[in-house]
Amino acid sequence: MKTTDQPPEIFRSSARPSILEYIGLERINGPLLVVQGVKGASFDEQVEILVAKGPPRQGRVLSISEECAVIEVFEGTSGLSQVSTRVRFLGHPFELAVSREEVMGRVFDGLGQPLDGGPLLTKGARCDINGLPINPVARVYPEEFIQTGVSAIDGMNTLVRGQKLPIFSGSGLAHNELAAQIVRQARLLSDDQGFAVIFAAMGVRHDEAEGFRRSFEESGVLQNVAMFLNLADDPAVERLITPRVALTVAEHLAFEEGMHVLVLLTDMTNYCEALREVATSKGEVPSRKGYPGYLYSDLASIYERAGRLQNRPGSVTQIPILTMPDDDITHPIPDLTGYITEGQIVLDRSLAAKSVYPPVNVLPSLSRLMSDGIGPGRTREDHQDIANQLYAAYARAREAQRLAAIVGEEDISPIDKLYLRLAREFEARFLGQRPDENRTIRETLDLAWELVMLLPEQELSRLKPADIDSHGRGQTRAGAQVPWGEEDE
Amino acid sequence: MNNSRPQIQGGAPEALAEVTKVSGPVIKARPASLFVMNELVEVGEERLAGEVISLDGELATIQVYENTSGIGLGCSVHGLGLPLYVELGPGLIGRIFDGIQRPLQELCQQWGDFIHRGRSGAPLDREHLWTFSPLRSAGEQLSGGEILGEVAESPILTHRVLVPPEVEGRLERIVPPGDYTLDDLIARVSSATGHSHELKLFHRWPVRKIRPSRKRLLSADPLITGQRVIDTFFPLTKGGTAAIPGGFGTGKTITQHQLTKWTDADIIVYIGCGERGNEMTGVLTDLPRLLDPRSGRPLIERTILVANTSDMPVAAREASIYTGITIAEYYRDMGYDVALMADSTSRWAEALREISGRLEEMPAEEGFPAYLASRLAAFYERAGQVITLANNTGSVTLIGAVSPPGGDFSEPVTSHTKRFVQCFWALDKELASGRYFPAINYLQSYSGYSRQVEPWWRRRVGEGWLELRDRAMEILQEDAKLQNIVRLLGEEALPDDQKRIIEGARLLKDGFLQQSAFDEIDSYAGPEKQFFLLEIILHLFDRLAEVVAARIPLFRALELPAIWAIYRLKSTLKGDESAPFQALREQIDLEIDTLLRRHHESSF
Repeated sequence: MKTTDQPPEIFRSSARPSILEYIGLERINGPLLVVQGVKGASFDEQVEILVAKGPPRQGRVLSISEECAVIEVFEGTSGLSQVSTRVRFLGHPFELAVSREEVMGRVFDGLGQPLDGGPLLTKGARCDINGLPINPVARVYPEEFIQTGVSAIDGMNTLVRGQKLPIFSGSGLAHNELAAQIVRQARLLSDDQGFAVIFAAMGVRHDEAEGFRRSFEESGVLQNVAMFLNLADDPAVERLITPRVALTVAEHLAFEEGMHVLVLLTDMTNYCEALREVATSKGEVPSRKGYPGYLYSDLASIYERAGRLQNRPGSVTQIPILTMPDDDITHPIPDLTGYITEGQIVLDRSLAAKSVYPPVNVLPSLSRLMSDGIGPGRTREDHQDIANQLYAAYARAREAQRLAAIVGEEDISPIDKLYLRLAREFEARFLGQRPDENRTIRETLDLAWELVMLLPEQELSRLKPADIDSHGRGQTRAGAQVPWGEEDE
Repeated sequence: MNNSRPQIQGGAPEALAEVTKVSGPVIKARPASLFVMNELVEVGEERLAGEVISLDGELATIQVYENTSGIGLGCSVHGLGLPLYVELGPGLIGRIFDGIQRPLQELCQQWGDFIHRGRSGAPLDREHLWTFSPLRSAGEQLSGGEILGEVAESPILTHRVLVPPEVEGRLERIVPPGDYTLDDLIARVSSATGHSHELKLFHRWPVRKIRPSRKRLLSADPLITGQRVIDTFFPLTKGGTAAIPGGFGTGKTITQHQLTKWTDADIIVYIGCGERGNEMTGVLTDLPRLLDPRSGRPLIERTILVANTSDMPVAAREASIYTGITIAEYYRDMGYDVALMADSTSRWAEALREISGRLEEMPAEEGFPAYLASRLAAFYERAGQVITLANNTGSVTLIGAVSPPGGDFSEPVTSHTKRFVQCFWALDKELASGRYFPAINYLQSYSGYSRQVEPWWRRRVGEGWLELRDRAMEILQEDAKLQNIVRLLGEEALPDDQKRIIEGARLLKDGFLQQSAFDEIDSYAGPEKQFFLLEIILHLFDRLAEVVAARIPLFRALELPAIWAIYRLKSTLKGDESAPFQALREQIDLEIDTLLRRHHESSF
């Protein structure tokens, strides 16, 4: 384990010619093939499945024993014959040749094959799509602020370079619009160091993918985008490879070519469902809701491929999107994602029903890297405090809303009425913005001050008196009378 | 591992075992007769590290600590004749290791930014010269665990070189004071049976075996963390056990980091078990910059990190907990107080589940193996304050984070953990989403140590600590009941004596329990400050009773400037002196007295 000297001769691998071919299958079960009596193949090896008609299909070895090898087929198994199918073991894990000139501005399928009629990826170093774990010692703690122009994110859940910040959404909510707006507006893009957007679609509809493409085109970034599309009618198992292909490209661009890369992964729920499908076909012991026990580790092997490294100029920032089944944030997919990613942006159906765009519910949302990415020299010295105050006030306002729903708005205390007003204005003016509205961080913070100053100063326990003087005083003090003053005298 | 490769039992190379099955991190090899249970093995050309976890008939089952891509049938498996162990000696402090004690800094220097398979290095630096001062002389009788000499490991830490626990006998020879590397022989001990042991500055110890001690103690010393809700409300002892359960985003990691920074333990072992890479990087960047409030030295000089991030192999995650606790026990045996943070034990349990699933074992609850509870119990039992083999007192305090799926505390890992820990700091999503930190729910949390540490507080801080705490808890409990009414009818509907409870609880919540990790002053509160702060809040609470009794509307009292001063005390007063508290107390009395007097006068 801990030696560095050369292995003695007694160590041997399964020596064999580099490519092995077998004809005939023992069993076909869902997306899985079982080939009997395979000698010399190895775990996680890439496989080509040759059929009489049609192009060869891709697969990989899931487990291998003396009896048989189990192979998952990304394009699905329909049309395969038990007798004549030929299985070719390629002798290496799934690999991709990556170079900047060959991927930028292109469209590929979920396995990295061109969809745009362009050439195959052949130039550049061949990389194992599974990547390698990053040594935590080599990482740089992410702390460069990215201005997205969206107040709910910049002001209260700040995104920083090298972060993985997912959008937890529900079906029919505006996650795609929000993601597209972030890509258009993110200041990451105006950087002179070169940037790239990697878009990986897993099981999304054609129109959604087209919407993203058009949005990239309109904002003039299409030449810096590479799209990997596994659409809703593409084989489900292929989705297991798509994010890994996309991230392999992203890592190459960031860490070899020094670019700042923003990776959009949508929709991770479809990915997890494909994983469950394969696990079930293999007859594995399920844990929660039928998902395999290793869902956490598997998701981590995707999400952890983000960040910045010492002595390398580039960065990988990830925005995965997932739709919470039945809007349930405790469902295993959002739950495990939240444990791995550095926060989450949660979209909310009740806000969407009030026509608030983007319908970000800030209370369950979080950016874990926020406190390091903001403050003097990055955004503004009052950022953390005003964000905390706004959080506390909005949480209290939600309480007041609950109370008002029970006893009626007339019968709540004057201070609660102020909170109600704050909640309304916060949702309409702070959260709400147009899809093409790009607010500076200064505008966002000033708006936050304007809102909290609706409350009397006694309520502002998270703010420093000096900050109230310098940022709060200029604001309109509409409701700033002492609330209990009314009963006095 | 070591440079002289251990001999293969049975000798001939053709007796090597071969891989017969690969499924993720679990492989099978034949013949099983070449191995013993829990033996370390190397697999394939790249010599991936693994451990034998079952022997069944012909077949040995092995969990591999690295990614098994490319391992196929017929790859060789080579037993090292040793169980999974750690190297214990000077040079651990300030380092970061992976789950099987590979030194991550050296790996990064030697192999680059990514962790490659089969690449490793010696856990402890073999070149470094340590200045050794012997404390024993030749001819003396030695027993296991005794202190042979000392090495200054960091400016604030004296490393006591221990006789390995299983060695005993007459000290034949010991080197004079001087500079030695880890590979130098520093002593020879001959046992009664005539067996001779060569001792070095370090020794090895199997991670799954508890290190022996003379006697376990019932600790009465609190582990002071500088966090008010913990020290005052739910205290932990040196040698105690605590769990921090909470859904994502409830501040588990921040709490663990706060404890890593401020606890008054001598050594901190921080295990990042299956967590985010950036978090470990954050710890690595922060600790050298932050100063220990007691010694004034960078915190990294008392910290050891074990990092097995979530993208690193799952089997090594399972091992990381044991690697960490064995290191902690080693420093305990030198007579130190060690605090071990494990973030998160749920990821460790999931690693168990994943391997168990690959072994096709019959699952119990939610796919976890039936032995989950006994493994958890065995882990927490390694905590404790002890009399060491060298007759010193040392302790290992265990603080485990738990990440319950969906924040549901009834899931197996949380519910089993609850059975084995004395302290339960429940984190709450509601509190966290209002940015109320630390989000420790005072109604769900408990500590079994409050009575045990009371004498310490009486001795060191002041009389009546436990009474203050109990009274404050009573107010909070009372408040929780009233909040049910408030939620239905609003605060306005309550009479003034109940409003006083609500106000008192608000003062406790906002002015005492809530503590900002990012505020320079508030981040740490010493025991004295905690005591005075609580005392003054309860004093005000008592005086408010007089106001209510005099039928003065409560809101008048709440306008008094002294109240705002109390709210801000936590972040304005740094030191532990009582004078400013005394002054504020006088101000409160003056303002309340004036209020009472004016009311008295005007009602005539």
